Amino acid sequence: MLDTKDPAVIDDGGITSELEVERDHDQREHTPGATKTMVLNMGPQHPSTHGVLRLLLELDGETIVKAAPDIGYLHTGIEKEFEVKTYQQGVTLTDRIDYLAPLSNNLVYCLAAEKLLGLEIPPLAQWTRVMLAELTRLNSHLVWLGTHAIDIGAMSVFLYCFREREEILRIFEMFSGQRMMTSYFRIGGLALPHPRGWQKRVKDFVDIFPSRVDEYEELLTNNGIWTGRTKGVGYISLEDMLDLGVSGPMLRAAGLKIDLRKDKPYSSYEKFDFEVPTLTANDVFARYQVRIAEMRQSARIIKQALEGMPSGSHQADAPGIVLPDREKMKTQMESLIYHFKIVTEGFRVPEGEVYSAIESPRGEVGCYMVSDGTQKPYRVHWRGPSFGTLQATSRMIEGTLIADVIAAIGSMDFVLGDTDR
Amino acid sequence: MSFRKGAPVSGMLPDELQENPTAAALADIATTGNLAYGELTIEVAPSSILEALRRAKHQLGFERLSTVTGVDRFPAEPRFEVVYHLQAIQRREWLRLKVRLPGANPEVESAFAVYRSANWYERETFDLFGIRFLNHPDLRRIMMPDDWPGHPLRKDYPVTGERY
Repeated sequence: MLDTKDPAVIDDGGITSELEVERDHDQREHTPGATKTMVLNMGPQHPSTHGVLRLLLELDGETIVKAAPDIGYLHTGIEKEFEVKTYQQGVTLTDRIDYLAPLSNNLVYCLAAEKLLGLEIPPLAQWTRVMLAELTRLNSHLVWLGTHAIDIGAMSVFLYCFREREEILRIFEMFSGQRMMTSYFRIGGLALPHPRGWQKRVKDFVDIFPSRVDEYEELLTNNGIWTGRTKGVGYISLEDMLDLGVSGPMLRAAGLKIDLRKDKPYSSYEKFDFEVPTLTANDVFARYQVRIAEMRQSARIIKQALEGMPSGSHQADAPGIVLPDREKMKTQMESLIYHFKIVTEGFRVPEGEVYSAIESPRGEVGCYMVSDGTQKPYRVHWRGPSFGTLQATSRMIEGTLIADVIAAIGSMDFVLGDTDR
Repeated sequence: MSFRKGAPVSGMLPDELQENPTAAALADIATTGNLAYGELTIEVAPSSILEALRRAKHQLGFERLSTVTGVDRFPAEPRFEVVYHLQAIQRREWLRLKVRLPGANPEVESAFAVYRSANWYERETFDLFGIRFLNHPDLRRIMMPDDWPGHPLRKDYPVTGERY
């Protein structure tokens, strides 16, 4: 059965390790006549690595011979932490994993728990989830675009992007009371009912947003410096990406129509009319264009959610899991007991295991949840999209120029909190 | 139906999976399996995991390995589970493969030979659970420092405190 002669076992498979870089460098040092190389440590404290990614680069002049990504500097043990928190408390941890897409993380965690519980979520909550998840996508893409542009040298785009991002954060604050660590989606629905006047706020934003995307495009799409630095840079074949665990916009920029919102619709995405933009150029510029197109599609979805928002309850009808209404809690004995029990000991989740996955701004975010029938998850594994994406770094940048590294890793759009958890 | 209830029936799948083409293709090496919450789980013996992954990728068209992770069933035996999540993009199908490993010296063949994305996922599982993956190209810790004692996601590893 076991075939150790499989060529893939001997091949490094495109993921260079730090040891390999050092070994290669040493070998060249001690081989007469071999090209001498230099090892450069980029990160973990480098403004262009978007967090604490360390890249170990072996350079021959300006060409990268080998590149090894090194992660783990932001490991906080969140998966362990899940095991000592009740299911509902776990929601707050998910915000802190990928801090640019808190609501996407809330959503995938809630979907996993709700699947185990067999809860039916009312339409209003589902549509609100879609709307806010898409705003999260805009939020994340805006931060990505702004910082990516700064990395490549276009300073002003950042200011434009953060202007819109600020408005999105205000909308989050309006709904949840928090700008970033929202925890707005809870198991069983939403944490709070809709705030007063949210329609106008969201409508004003979504009406103006497409014209703002035009502004970004005006600054970048036909900008000679931008296209010069991004076109034809950061190429990696689709086969390599699929095999190395990449997901999301990077695959779509390589021509693969893959999007969990269409492939495995969750939270009523099947009721929304939107397209999955794909391109085939498979370089940094194509990834930029795909994300720009996605922003326009997200705005479409938000508009549909806003216009067709159903009425009804914001929480499932599940006493014992969902906190009772404040009014009922003060007038009915039973509600008071439920409230006390949920707050003090949580609720029991039937034994079983599920894997729920959604399309976050960065790709497939998955939550593998194992329950042993108690109030706390037995095990939660978080499949962060950035973790898989980073495995493609070596294959993508080896053999290219060091100046292109920043553009290439910027186009991957990873968040180190999501990688290390 | 839960996977933990009842003893695994060797080489046999429950009736509900007889019609499932994916389960049928793995039936001869499966030790048990189930279809709970609309998710297909197939358990195989540790010795046949590479064969199962090969078939999944080359015969059944599961192009993507989403994630590899572990579960610690301490103090039960076999103590560890290694769980693989696969996706077939065109058919919109998902598959969970699972092997069970003993608490003493847990080791299993690396999936790297079939799916290269297993590299870091297995390093993570090795780091946090102490499960060894044979023929892995670079089995080192990935999250914790290299000289860290113990494996944090094991159930006998404390959540708080300074020493293991």
